[in-house]
Amino acid sequence: MSKQYETVIGLEVHVELATKTKIFCGCSTAFGAAPNTQTCPVCTGMPGSLPVLNRQVLEYAIAVGLATNCDITRYSKFDRKNYFYPDNPQNYQISQLYLPICQNGGVEIETEQGGRKIVGIHEIHMEEDAGKLIHDEWEDCSLVDYNRSGVPLIEIVSEPDMRSAEEVIAYMEKLRQVIQYLGASDCKLQEGSMRADVNLSVREAGAETFGTRTEMKNLNSFKAITRAIAGETARQIDLIEAGERVVQETRRWDDAKGESYAMRSKEDAQDYRYFPDPDLTPIRVSEEMLQEIRERQPEFRTEKMARYREEFDIPDYDIDIITGEKPLADLFEAAVALGAQPKKVSNWIMGETLRLMKEREVDAADLRFSPEHLAKLIALTETKQINSSVAKEVFEVMFEENTDPEQYVEEKGLKTVNDEGALKKAAEEVIAANPRSVEDYRNGKEKAIGFLVGQTMKAMKGKADPGAVNRLLREFLQK
Amino acid sequence: MNIANMTATQLAAAIRAGETTAVEAAEAVLAQIEKEDKKYNCYVTVDRNGALAQAKAVQEKIEAGEFSGPLAGVPVAVKDNICTEGLLTTCSSKILHNFVPAYTAEAVKNLQRAGAVILGKTNMDEFAMGSTTETSAYGPTRNPRNTAHVPGGSSGGSAAAVAAGECIYAIGSDTGGSIRQPASYCGVVGMKPTYGTVSRYGLIAYGSSLDQIGPLTKDVEDCAAVLETLASHDPKDSTSVSRADTDFTTALTRDVEGLRIGIPNDYLGEGLDGEVRTAVLQAAEVLEKKGASVERFDLSLVEYAIPAYYTIAAAEASSNLERFDGIRYGYRTEAFEGLHGMYKKSRSEGFGEEVKRRIMLGSFVLSSGYYDAYYLKALKVKALIKKAFDAAFAKYDLILGPVAPTTAPELGESLADPIRMYLGDIYTIAVNLAGLPGISVPCGEDSRGLPIGLQLIGDCFQEKTLLRAAYTYEQEVREHEQTV
Repeated sequence: MSKQYETVIGLEVHVELATKTKIFCGCSTAFGAAPNTQTCPVCTGMPGSLPVLNRQVLEYAIAVGLATNCDITRYSKFDRKNYFYPDNPQNYQISQLYLPICQNGGVEIETEQGGRKIVGIHEIHMEEDAGKLIHDEWEDCSLVDYNRSGVPLIEIVSEPDMRSAEEVIAYMEKLRQVIQYLGASDCKLQEGSMRADVNLSVREAGAETFGTRTEMKNLNSFKAITRAIAGETARQIDLIEAGERVVQETRRWDDAKGESYAMRSKEDAQDYRYFPDPDLTPIRVSEEMLQEIRERQPEFRTEKMARYREEFDIPDYDIDIITGEKPLADLFEAAVALGAQPKKVSNWIMGETLRLMKEREVDAADLRFSPEHLAKLIALTETKQINSSVAKEVFEVMFEENTDPEQYVEEKGLKTVNDEGALKKAAEEVIAANPRSVEDYRNGKEKAIGFLVGQTMKAMKGKADPGAVNRLLREFLQK
Repeated sequence: MNIANMTATQLAAAIRAGETTAVEAAEAVLAQIEKEDKKYNCYVTVDRNGALAQAKAVQEKIEAGEFSGPLAGVPVAVKDNICTEGLLTTCSSKILHNFVPAYTAEAVKNLQRAGAVILGKTNMDEFAMGSTTETSAYGPTRNPRNTAHVPGGSSGGSAAAVAAGECIYAIGSDTGGSIRQPASYCGVVGMKPTYGTVSRYGLIAYGSSLDQIGPLTKDVEDCAAVLETLASHDPKDSTSVSRADTDFTTALTRDVEGLRIGIPNDYLGEGLDGEVRTAVLQAAEVLEKKGASVERFDLSLVEYAIPAYYTIAAAEASSNLERFDGIRYGYRTEAFEGLHGMYKKSRSEGFGEEVKRRIMLGSFVLSSGYYDAYYLKALKVKALIKKAFDAAFAKYDLILGPVAPTTAPELGESLADPIRMYLGDIYTIAVNLAGLPGISVPCGEDSRGLPIGLQLIGDCFQEKTLLRAAYTYEQEVREHEQTV
């Protein structure tokens, strides 16, 4: 590769909104129900049925627009996007083309070099999701589940402002954070409540005009996005270097194979014949409505970070991590509100919680244990009713099943034994049984005490306060 | 008592008085259908057993005092593009030959809540596209006044059923004149209310921004009573309007004193049949004699209404009819290759010529590169037409004119020349584009004995003014006839 190339990336991010009901009917949006049990004439496109906009969808879309510095379109409309496919029961999707609800926004991200840049948001529009096609290989037929048909989505269309996979991830993380803070979506990539299509082109460094772009679909993790960007960048550079032409087309990323293949090119692109949906009246956003939504906007991350620095004596690093994920911040604040010491709560989150999340691949949004139980666990250690290794053991159980730590400690008999007599007896027995170590210790080998503490803890079945054991042994050995 | 000849108001009163019952009424009308419908083909589906069962249930409730309104126990015919739970709803199309809705349209529910007995589903132009009821996949309906002639359309089955006594009243839908024009051709009363007055939920859409359900009745009194029952604010229809003035029967007074009536010169111009013109102007004189002021004026833009209408209605229809794809319900072709092969073949075989013509027209005007030139321009014309009406209603309380340029043509005459058929909608279409209420009232016959209709058009939400003028006219004519 003789020349230097620059990658230019724009993103179309679809976010499933966390409404209880669908965008145009009253059916539930709950995940995982039996096929076609959450449907009605509207979301199955039966003749004569009509859509009615769910106001919560509009409010969420506006809230996201405000949080991403967009202009809110005061007179907005829904349009029909016409195309035939069985997952789309009306054979048109209700979306927004001509007058999307939010326009001209942007969010700030940190670049790899540690600088800051604004990624522009061209528009945010509201639309309905399609049903799910299930291809039954065994019966050689396709079945459609319309439970997802009509689930509300917003599509956030960025400007082509990103130049690397790192910037793309930073941008998506920023969006996810803002949307999670708003409670507008849980933004889970794996479950598809946040999906991104990557529009990518390459050009010679310093070139003024953009190259021909492709659109990549089926990217359901940050890792897949990173790999797809690398793969597509290399593919386009290879084409250009070989004197060939990049074709404007939609490509599907196969993360297992690590390559993409063409789905459809622009030549056979469909004409969607967009036009305003006559079944839905134009949306007029009043000043009062905007004001109401503005006032309801939650404390966002920057404000939260400032407040944490002010209120809690915890390291900046902890603040950064905890506020990075709304569910962690919620957990932290709730446990503190229950009386737990901020530093202790922060330690549990930064330590065991993050460790187990990583080990067991659990998203912050999917944490099971309640702040009440975390606060109780902290209280148990604070009052020295359990020692720290027992606490970790209890936490693991709590992490999986949200077990009540008090109850669990009680049932399993894990409380620290504060019986002075029993402890003395155990210590004396350990000293008597380990003359070598006693000797070593007395000869100045500090480490030997550790072995003796361990032996004593073992004799106590772990239910002693290691600090107290240590002190007691030293006392005995001084004699 | 000849039940088949009674109005809804008369029949309901007789049932309430115990002179007859809802069951007897249903039986009498079903007998009339049995006797006459082979000649006229008003119905696609007659729900004989269902009607009798409903009648029995309604009669019990009337006796228990639960139903006391002017429609309780009265048999009604429903146009076949209005969904009825458990009852075949075909839109007179092969593509919906087996479609049984899982729910009932809100307008029909309103009738049922008032104790109506649904007789069955009436024939129509396929998907309401046509002006003669000849584009039906189930054969044309014939005009009961002269079976060599069409009943008009698209609600031709409903209008003919009312005229033939095959129902006491009917409901239809009007997108560009589909209630008023067949009412005019068949000599009955038909009304298209202000857009948003009657819920469209359950009306299988043709041109969503223009469609309204309305009554076809034997007289103006029934028309007011039926519209009063049909009208409601429906949260399931975003275009439904909440209005407090739907007590339309209170407008049935014989008084047009001081009413300002305008007759557009544009509605009396070239193409208007001489006999129709005379009858309409005579009707205006009747109202003038009762104290209304009548004058001519230029409405303007009338010639642009037809192209604007066919652009907008076809565009919406091309999208509305996409759901008929043979996947979940309706007609599916036997042999096909691949998904898109199935779509193409099912739709090619399932839709009739006129529907396909409008789908193609609509797809064309929405396609990229033509959208601005056709669809957007048509919307601009629509807005200008509304403005022209606004200016007219600043001067007049209502507008008077013919419903159609001629009386009912003979069968087969119109389909040969679709453009001519489209031009026949010239006086009705602008009303839909502007969302206004319009009523058709019989105002005589031509020399061949074919009915002529008088059209009254009101400003938005002025149904009461329309009904009052129509009622006054009807009463004057009745009195005159009795004295002659």
